[in-house]
Amino acid sequence: MNYTYFPGCSLEKNAACYDVSTRAVASQLGMQLTEVEDWNCCGATEYVSLNLTAAYSLIARNLAQASKNAGIDQVVAPCSACYLNLRKCDKVLSHDARLAGRVAESLAAGGLSYQPGSLHVRHLLDVLYQDIGIEALTAKVTKPLRGLRVAPYYGCMVVRPDFHNGGGHTEFPTTLDEILQALGAEVVDFPLKAACCGGHMTQISEATGFDMIHRLVKSASDLQADLIATICPMCQLNLDGFQGAMNRHKGSSYHVPVLYFTQLMGLAMGLSAREVGIGEEIVDSRPALSRIGSEMAAAAAEPRRPRKDDKALPMPAPLKRA
Amino acid sequence: MTEEVRIGVYICHCGSNIAGTVDVEEVARWAAHLPHVVSSRDYKFMCSSLGQELIEKDIQEMGVNRVVVASCTPQLHEPTYRNALARAGLNPYFFEMANIREHVSWVTTDKVEATKKAEALVGAAVGRVAWHQALEPLFVPIDSNVLVVGGGVTGIQSALEIADAGFHVYLVEREPSIGGHMAQLDKTFPTLDCSACILTPKMFNVGNHKNVTLLTWSEVEKVDGYIGNFTVTIRKRARYIDEALCTGCGVCEEKCPKKVVDEVFEAGVGYRKVVYRPFPQAVPNYPVIDRENCTFFLKGTCKACEKFCPTGAIKFDQQDELITVKVGNIILATGWDLFDARRIPQYGYGRLPNVFSSMEFERLSNAAGPTGGKIVLRDGVTVPKSVGIIHCVGSRDKHYNNYCSAVCCMQSLKFAHLVHEKTGAQVHNFYIDIRTPAKAYDEFYQRVMDEGTTFIRGKVAEVTDTARTPEEEGKVIVQVDDSLAGMQRRIPFDMVILSAGLEPRHDAKEVAIKFGISCSADRWFMEKHPKLDPVATMTDGVFIAGACVGPKDIPASVAQGSAAAARVLSIIGQKEIQIDAATAIVDEVSCVGCQECIASCPYQAIEFLEDKHKAYVREALCKGCGTCVGTCLSKSISLKHFTDDQLVAEMTGAMVAMKLFEQAQTEVA
Repeated sequence: MNYTYFPGCSLEKNAACYDVSTRAVASQLGMQLTEVEDWNCCGATEYVSLNLTAAYSLIARNLAQASKNAGIDQVVAPCSACYLNLRKCDKVLSHDARLAGRVAESLAAGGLSYQPGSLHVRHLLDVLYQDIGIEALTAKVTKPLRGLRVAPYYGCMVVRPDFHNGGGHTEFPTTLDEILQALGAEVVDFPLKAACCGGHMTQISEATGFDMIHRLVKSASDLQADLIATICPMCQLNLDGFQGAMNRHKGSSYHVPVLYFTQLMGLAMGLSAREVGIGEEIVDSRPALSRIGSEMAAAAAEPRRPRKDDKALPMPAPLKRA
Repeated sequence: MTEEVRIGVYICHCGSNIAGTVDVEEVARWAAHLPHVVSSRDYKFMCSSLGQELIEKDIQEMGVNRVVVASCTPQLHEPTYRNALARAGLNPYFFEMANIREHVSWVTTDKVEATKKAEALVGAAVGRVAWHQALEPLFVPIDSNVLVVGGGVTGIQSALEIADAGFHVYLVEREPSIGGHMAQLDKTFPTLDCSACILTPKMFNVGNHKNVTLLTWSEVEKVDGYIGNFTVTIRKRARYIDEALCTGCGVCEEKCPKKVVDEVFEAGVGYRKVVYRPFPQAVPNYPVIDRENCTFFLKGTCKACEKFCPTGAIKFDQQDELITVKVGNIILATGWDLFDARRIPQYGYGRLPNVFSSMEFERLSNAAGPTGGKIVLRDGVTVPKSVGIIHCVGSRDKHYNNYCSAVCCMQSLKFAHLVHEKTGAQVHNFYIDIRTPAKAYDEFYQRVMDEGTTFIRGKVAEVTDTARTPEEEGKVIVQVDDSLAGMQRRIPFDMVILSAGLEPRHDAKEVAIKFGISCSADRWFMEKHPKLDPVATMTDGVFIAGACVGPKDIPASVAQGSAAAARVLSIIGQKEIQIDAATAIVDEVSCVGCQECIASCPYQAIEFLEDKHKAYVREALCKGCGTCVGTCLSKSISLKHFTDDQLVAEMTGAMVAMKLFEQAQTEVA
């Protein structure tokens, strides 16, 4: 399976461990990742609201560069913002002929061109879930994450807007849940799984940003999650990097490590902590990871039989996934 | 064509519907010169009595013996004109209709092109009608027995109407008892009468009617035949109870040691025994054994019910029975399924204990339900102090069902009232629009508002247990976009009720195929005409009523049940029914008996005569689709009213007309 790989700026610096673990896991799964040559910033979340032509030209340049990888029409981005921007740009250029004309002009000035719709931009989660599949993933697991309670955290950019159903259900996705289950972890029913991490709110309005981070960390902690598994560098930065500042602001003392899902996949496939970049996170994940292999509290058994004096009403069983 | 063909052509203006786009006078002038045409006229409204008299007069005075009307679709007025021909003493099949409204004037604004196409269609009709033959419609006798499928309030109503009229009804119900969803409900809006109290007398009547054969725990397997003469195979599933011996005393139920969650009648919020009647007033009153959960069937031991049964009615060796009945008409009243609110995970149903579905709430509030009518939280004890009711769950939502489920607004208002009355709790209703259009419905809405229910307009984003403030701890919180106040709200509740929508039965498509009818894109059964023939289907003799046609409340369902019964009774009253004569016919001389046509017929209308080694079309079953004509290798099948001569003449007529029109255009230029 060949893919054009778009790492994006984060994966060079603060999310370097996401890049390392993605490449490690990909090679384990037999995926060939060819990096986009001379890629540039995707414009993050801000640029499109300032100048459409410049913003979309910036993104389209990456698509033009990516289309140079002959014979590979699948582009995979592990960063949610990069994924959303590339995907959105491709879709917008396919529908807005005027903008597409201006963008084509800018690209031509640099001797580049891109045919909208010719590439399929996908998020790493989508590729791992759809192309590799749960069954193949399960087969690769050599050290199951038994004993680890994980809160699956999708953030907002992969699931919404629902461009091609890449993230599953837009309000309550389950693809990451299923992957983590396949790794042997115990997955908590995380109610805020698709809530916003605050994005750049910490830089704009600290109190609001900390509020949003607090909500997520508290919920994971209340559900006794050992750690949060994320798919987005922005989410990881907020929850991990700002957890201490949030604790000081809120007077709380949460300690919930935040790892990339690829790091957990690597561990479950038998890679060492170093090989998947564990240790670079700010909230130390070692105490949590030491629980792998430990005994869990007894899992909920069969639906219990009603006792004679028990007045509790039965609950509907969870919906079986198709 | 032995007699002289004399064609009359009549072009209708349809007010300005046709005349606004088509030059009708020109078409009439032009048609007058076509071969065999002796009279060509245009008229404001051909379907009016004056228009029809025009045709009749020409037939009688000018000796017109073939008629072409160019107007609207034959679906609308073909019978009208055929009757006019018959009144004037002409065979009704000496008639052809050219559709110059739906196919011409309504689909273009180009007057020249419209006139050209109108002339082509008239030319085609004139060409064809010359070859028409006199045909005689077929009459088949009607079996007066009726099959009603579905024992909810709609089916019960239909069955009672027909049985009271003196005809025999087979009432088939899938569940162990009739009663349907209405038997599960607590109160009915807007009058708040007890649902069971008004339904059970009807159930008793239909169960004991001398003209009704009740077949519960049964399903229709196969339907053969046609209007007036259906043969229906019904699978009567093994109850493991001898109905002749059972007195309905209920000892077996009492002694059965195993309880399971009742997913059907108690909507998953209560338990039942493994040998059970869904509810005490069940009709028929004898129970069934749930084979899948029965300890005896699973492990080979127990037999507690058998031990204690005073009449020895438990029969573990009972088998399914196949029953064949002959009926003339069928009424489908198969009802609806509740939208599964677990499909909207952000609303928490199935995840958060104190989120309830509407049917769960009905059972909680019902005095015969699992809590004896006490409205309590999932722990079975705590009375809620605040309740949120969410409307339109799974309805009016492009992700699930686009349609409005019609009953949920009133149902939610009823819930608000019941919660107020029984618990005194604070109630919030979250709605998109309130729809209370029927008699005394809006007055009920006003009453519930006066009782102090808070109404918030807006789509609920999520129902969560993730608290943001101390007041939210331990509650279920509704996050909603209050679109009247223009703000986001978070309101914590003890209990949230999801007013889930109505969906077609999960197996509606298979049932439709079984009975030869069709479903809409939403999977509701399709009416013959949504306004003018709402309980009939395109298959003669098969009628639909109640919520299987679309979401409906009790009054509307009962009305349709009666309407379907009336339609059936009117057919029975005719004693025999006329079938369109445009059917296929086999030329026995050239038929080689290859049976290709039998395989191709979608209506199973062709049988094989073993003795003659020939195919034979049963006219009463044939719909005149012509598939067999195309399939027949030896060209031995022809379709009456669609013969090769007629079709060739029709095409030639159209092509000649086009040619003439183009020539005239060039001359003008």
